[in-house]
Amino acid sequence: MAKKTVREAINETLAQEMRRDPRVIVLGEDVAGGKGGTSDTEEAAGGVFGLTAGLYKEFGGRRVIDTPITESAIIGAAGGAALAGMRPVAELMFIDFIGVCLDQIMNQIAKFRYMFGGKATTPVTIRTMIGAGMGAGPQHSGALYPMLTMVPGLKVVVPSNAYDAKGLLATAIRDDDPVIFCEHKALYTEACEVPDEDYTIPFGQANITREGEHVTLVAFSRMVLFANQVADRLAREGISVEVIDPRTTSPLDEDAIFDSVDKTGRLVVVDESNPMCSMASEVASLVACEAFECLRAPIAKVTAPHTPVPAHPELEKEYVPSVAKIESAVRRVLLDSDVKAAATG
Amino acid sequence: MSLTREQLLDGYRRMRAQREFDERMRREFEAGTVPGFIHLYCGQEAIAAAACMHLRDTDYIGSTHRGHGHCIAKGCDIGEMLLEIYCKQGGLCNGKGGSMHIADMNKGMLGANAIVGAAPPIAVGAALAAWSQGTDGVALAFIGDGASNQGTVFEALNLASVLKLPMIFMYENNGYAEFTGAKYHVGGGDIAARAGAFGMPAPKVDGTDFFAVHDAMAAAVARARSGQGPSAIEAVASRWYGHFQGDPQAYRSREELDEVRRSGDPLKKFRERVLAESWLEDSDMDAIDQELRELIDEKVAVAKAAPNPDTEALYTDVYLEY
Repeated sequence: MAKKTVREAINETLAQEMRRDPRVIVLGEDVAGGKGGTSDTEEAAGGVFGLTAGLYKEFGGRRVIDTPITESAIIGAAGGAALAGMRPVAELMFIDFIGVCLDQIMNQIAKFRYMFGGKATTPVTIRTMIGAGMGAGPQHSGALYPMLTMVPGLKVVVPSNAYDAKGLLATAIRDDDPVIFCEHKALYTEACEVPDEDYTIPFGQANITREGEHVTLVAFSRMVLFANQVADRLAREGISVEVIDPRTTSPLDEDAIFDSVDKTGRLVVVDESNPMCSMASEVASLVACEAFECLRAPIAKVTAPHTPVPAHPELEKEYVPSVAKIESAVRRVLLDSDVKAAATG
Repeated sequence: MSLTREQLLDGYRRMRAQREFDERMRREFEAGTVPGFIHLYCGQEAIAAAACMHLRDTDYIGSTHRGHGHCIAKGCDIGEMLLEIYCKQGGLCNGKGGSMHIADMNKGMLGANAIVGAAPPIAVGAALAAWSQGTDGVALAFIGDGASNQGTVFEALNLASVLKLPMIFMYENNGYAEFTGAKYHVGGGDIAARAGAFGMPAPKVDGTDFFAVHDAMAAAVARARSGQGPSAIEAVASRWYGHFQGDPQAYRSREELDEVRRSGDPLKKFRERVLAESWLEDSDMDAIDQELRELIDEKVAVAKAAPNPDTEALYTDVYLEY
């Protein structure tokens, strides 16, 4: 099987889904790129990071639609086109831009089905980039998926590798509900084996990337990579860490988390978003409320601080949860429980 | 004027239904039978009627918080609308949308919308769907003078212009954005000129004159269906009542309100014109008046007596599958 990067997997899925269903259209800023310029090319970019490269040539300008910089109109038009029978894939370049189009996401597409009494379907996929790590500064680096996870009517996907990105994106495009598909920009060059043919991965099914007995480590998006590294490192010391990648934050595979904590009795949650009302808080509260009796140690959360993302590379590095911070959190919950065991033992 | 007798009767019926409906809603609201709050369309009926006569069920409209008239003109079932306004089972949105969210996908009605200026991007999306698929479908957004200041409206104008979409921006300048006059809140003072700046035809018409709106709309629809791109129309028609029913309208003078009633009644104007031209008889229109009065009497009674949604309905229809 060929190794493909996250970028290649997403690009291939978009093309496959467009071939599979003529109702699938792609719209956004510079998804082709080049219109209105002085060179002859009408596909100069294929997206700012090349995610939509080649689509314009294959499917033409009525299915691969370059828009002005106009996020409210992009998302609103995707919603309207969906109500009119299309399956739009809208690109919101950076998730930080939800500030200028949140009404169309939160009040419009997320609510159509409910407020129209179940008589409307809104099969919109919004692809958007998340995450720090590229020195892009405070307004291009957020990991704001928890904000959208709390909105009823939306599904939120946070793939951590190329195989999942392909299967989850196909599911998103074929899904009849609106889906926010969060692509971590620091993952685009990460590669793994990805089948050429199309396939889907169901939402709400976590992937257990490392099996373990001592600690459950729940991580999202890029943090899954770091969590795996921690698990591998600690395995050499005989500490067995189970890593859970929920893959979607809404729906969230709560059972996978409960089953794991039932086994390990210890929970660490890693989330690149800011700490308050984060996925880390959500998972921690779920386990504290519903599975308290399983816990043998306090839950640990590893998140970004309650600050914007700084531009300076060293500060940004400090901002992002690191392998070292995650490892130390895992050791802490082990230590706490050991202390507790000693005290009661 | 080249309307047939059937078209004239159709236009009158659409206007009269809106008037009868919202006048009845006004009385019911005053009597305390209507939940939530409502925004009446009286005075603006010619705009929705004349616009929607040019549209098919497969064409789309985006509406506003003042959407009862748009729904009726686009063909939504009056009984199901009333069930929705009363938030009852069997309403167009099963009681979960209410007055400000009435929608009917089967009629191309993409929803009344309680967020001012939110519908134009959505309607542009419906136009984009027709354009992408190469059909001759069109979409129209109703936009109040208040919404004309929203960034979303400018974004929708620009996107429709850039892509040459089959789109019609129907501005309804009723003189007020909530409690604030258009003389104050429209920078530059000319809504149609704003749309015109996006390179599309943007005539300004008397929105109480059914025939003026009908003619302007005919040109806009022909342009859209033939792939020549978007148009805008600014239809000026004063709102008879407050922003919402119950608004005491302290911001309007007695003289203004008297003048609106004297000169701003699209139904009266229509009747005078068709009688003067001998296109229709009084009896033609009286029969429609009577029929609609009885229909709405009956449907209001049905809506009041209809069952409430089950508690379970709170939890359904968030997702198709979750």
